[in-house]
Amino acid sequence: MNHTPLSSILLVLSGTVIGSFGAVFLKLGSAPLKNGLRYILNWKLAAGVGLFVGSSVPFVMGLRHGELSVLYPMAAMTNVWTMIWSKIFFHEPVTKAKVGALGLILAGIVCIGLGGS
Amino acid sequence: MSSPTHTSTAGSGRINPVYLVLGCTVFAAAAQVLMKFGAMYKMPELHPADMASVIGFVSALLGNWQLLLGYTMHACNAFLLILALRDGELSMLYPIIALTYVWVNLLSMYFFHDTLNWWKGCGIVLVIGGVSLLGIASRRK
Repeated sequence: MNHTPLSSILLVLSGTVIGSFGAVFLKLGSAPLKNGLRYILNWKLAAGVGLFVGSSVPFVMGLRHGELSVLYPMAAMTNVWTMIWSKIFFHEPVTKAKVGALGLILAGIVCIGLGGS
Repeated sequence: MSSPTHTSTAGSGRINPVYLVLGCTVFAAAAQVLMKFGAMYKMPELHPADMASVIGFVSALLGNWQLLLGYTMHACNAFLLILALRDGELSMLYPIIALTYVWVNLLSMYFFHDTLNWWKGCGIVLVIGGVSLLGIASRRK
């Protein structure tokens, strides 16, 4: 396989967006657990798990026709979206350390993807 | 909706959420390896209209202990992640999950005899560096 179609890239990227909202809903759904584990059954956690599982569908569809070395690192974009949503929805500070760490991690995942190609 | 950092757990007897996410990555990596073993398990053909083939498929699925254990590990991973997110920042904890890539590569070398090339080695070092930076940043808060 010599190239990755745009449709595969878009599918994988849409999977990362869906997955990042899964993380947001897990965070939202985890808050009631401060009052006890009995609150683990709530719709936000269910939505978070559902979005995580759902994110695998476009990801797998995208992988069918694209190069793994291109698409695998793209899956790491979930981290970028999650940091953006954390700032918007939870008002978490975006520090230099977080951005630097994210940069290192993304570079690392790209390298691992290249090593696997 | 601002969330407290892990330091809010001090004195509450709760485990540092960074450690919980590190545990998540171990469970997630083990799950992926187990599911890889489970995927190699020979399954009978499934014909939804044929009840005998459905029963055969389900019993083979239930006998695929690696696959079932893999799903169980994924459930443990999700549970730990939820507990971690209860007490920590999403933007601090979520990137740590990338450490799963490191464990999977190392486990793949052991179980599936995958080779470690220069790119993978470089990637592993960078991911560990990034996660370490997050760990240091979380301690300074």
